[in-house]
Amino acid sequence: MLTIANRSFQSRLFTGTGKFSSPKEMEQALLASGTELVTVALKRVDLTNDQDDILQHLKHPQFHLLPNTSGVRNAKEAIFAAQMAREALETDWIKLEIHPDPKYLMPDPIETLKATEELAKLGFVVLPYIHADPVLCKRLEEVGTAAVMPLGSPIGSNKGLKTIDFLEIIIDQSRVPVVIDAGIGSPAAAARAIEIGADAVLVNTAIAVAGDPIKMATAFKLAVEAGRMAFEAKLAAVGNFAEASSPLTTFLT
Amino acid sequence: MVLKKENTFTELFATHDWQTVKSSIYSKTSRDVERALSASNRSLEDFKALISPAAAPYLEQMANLSQQLTQKRFGKVIQMYVPLYLSNECNNICTYCGFSYDNKVRRKTLSSIEIMEEVAVIKKMGYDHVLLVTGEANQSVHIDYFRKVLKLLKPHFSQISMEVQPLELAEYVELRTLGLNTVLVYQETYHQDYYKKHHPKGKKANFQYRLTTPDRLGRAGIHKMGLGVLIGLEDWRTDSFFTALHLSYLEKHYWQSKYSVSFPRLRPFSGGLAPKVTMSDRELVQLICAYRIFNEEVELSISTRETQIFRDHIIKLGITSMSAGSKTNPGGYAVEPQSLEQFEISDERTAAEIAQMITNQGYEAVWKDWDVNLATTH
Repeated sequence: MLTIANRSFQSRLFTGTGKFSSPKEMEQALLASGTELVTVALKRVDLTNDQDDILQHLKHPQFHLLPNTSGVRNAKEAIFAAQMAREALETDWIKLEIHPDPKYLMPDPIETLKATEELAKLGFVVLPYIHADPVLCKRLEEVGTAAVMPLGSPIGSNKGLKTIDFLEIIIDQSRVPVVIDAGIGSPAAAARAIEIGADAVLVNTAIAVAGDPIKMATAFKLAVEAGRMAFEAKLAAVGNFAEASSPLTTFLT
Repeated sequence: MVLKKENTFTELFATHDWQTVKSSIYSKTSRDVERALSASNRSLEDFKALISPAAAPYLEQMANLSQQLTQKRFGKVIQMYVPLYLSNECNNICTYCGFSYDNKVRRKTLSSIEIMEEVAVIKKMGYDHVLLVTGEANQSVHIDYFRKVLKLLKPHFSQISMEVQPLELAEYVELRTLGLNTVLVYQETYHQDYYKKHHPKGKKANFQYRLTTPDRLGRAGIHKMGLGVLIGLEDWRTDSFFTALHLSYLEKHYWQSKYSVSFPRLRPFSGGLAPKVTMSDRELVQLICAYRIFNEEVELSISTRETQIFRDHIIKLGITSMSAGSKTNPGGYAVEPQSLEQFEISDERTAAEIAQMITNQGYEAVWKDWDVNLATTH
């Protein structure tokens, strides 16, 4: 079972709440996905309104909210946003998204490291969205991050695991859970991420924008489960070499 | 903030001759269009092909691609905003505008009390993003007025945009700290000579000052800026190329800002100029799709200038935001509903009716997608 900070998860599929055609459709898709951790953009919810349409549709005991700071551009704004979220949504969990670049939404490693350190000191459970940068992951670990969330490819791009070589290093080195966060465009890519040992994946666009989001959510659920089973069953080694017909080492008796 | 002398768009603009650009667009072939459609990253040359007459037979294909790309980036949502006209006082003569100095209409600038009356109505309509609009009257609608208005409105809206006269860099910096998020400044036309013809008097007559406004916005760290030309003044294809050129330049230089593009088609107003160039609905769809295929991240906005049937269909083809229930006269929502409008709107449905139409099409109308509290550092 996956544990992050003090919480355990049956499901290794984390989900987002944006881009759906209605809050109702979002709710049904998330229920179908079996997800237990749902990220919500602070900029989209009205924290002063307890009847907020998005939050109303997330009121299920299995959904834990993971507010995210999408829209902030530096550590200071992120810390302010996290505090706002803690107060309004009564959770210490925060998905740190600091992308000063609104075009490609690339995460800022320097500001993210600063904000993680500060927020961890303030008692937050920090899940930072970052590049697939193995050194940054270790640095985040040192300052108290609860998990790392490296990208598979640019956010919303559905391009899959373009960063796989670096993800493998991160997974190999990490002492905290590794959640592949962005670019997972198909159930196959989600399964692959879990197969190579990622602890979880976060999927939004591929579900929300699918022709049938509910069916796609189910497909992701099954893919993640299959990926995990494959990981636990230990994949057979991929044979890179054919056996040489004239063995080279038979002289070593 | 220390500002060093930096380049502006003027230098790049000077290297593009209107006539050359125009002939280049009109000489694009179906092969150029096909290359643009199948490319993985589209250049400005591809954009030319997509807005060229040669692309007309590819409209259905363009619409499909545009829909796909828009959904991938923005989802099945349409953001809702509403204009709040604060003043129709104006010292400029613009041949196409109802607020033009030489147009004999009663002038009005809303007081704080009147603004709050208007706000009450807008909030009831469900709006949380507001666009403030004024003419250019430097004696009465100036930085002090904007300062006052932003302080007044900040507690009531999650996002505040402005479409007012171009300001100085330091003024933008200050207004940003007071809660200003987005600034729209349309060049109207990039044809320098015709620009002068359409703007014979007032500060707006200064083409260069307007052209360099987005540079000042970028340097001031304004979160989002809106570009566009007034379609109907000059050849829309050539003007749109210059808009795209401007957009590409700005994205590279001010990479922390977001961008939006609008495509206002010249609408009649009492005593005004008839469009020199007309653009068909089909051509407007082509332009919208061309922008989306060229730039997957830019926001595309459509106003109530367009007709009901056009707006109903366009939301699935690349648009990301729209206004509804708009009034284009200061005081139009509550204070003086009968006063003269800047231009006639076409789609008179209420915000609630538009939201329902959006829902019926399988999209969600989004009223809030920002929070002033997210931008605490300046």
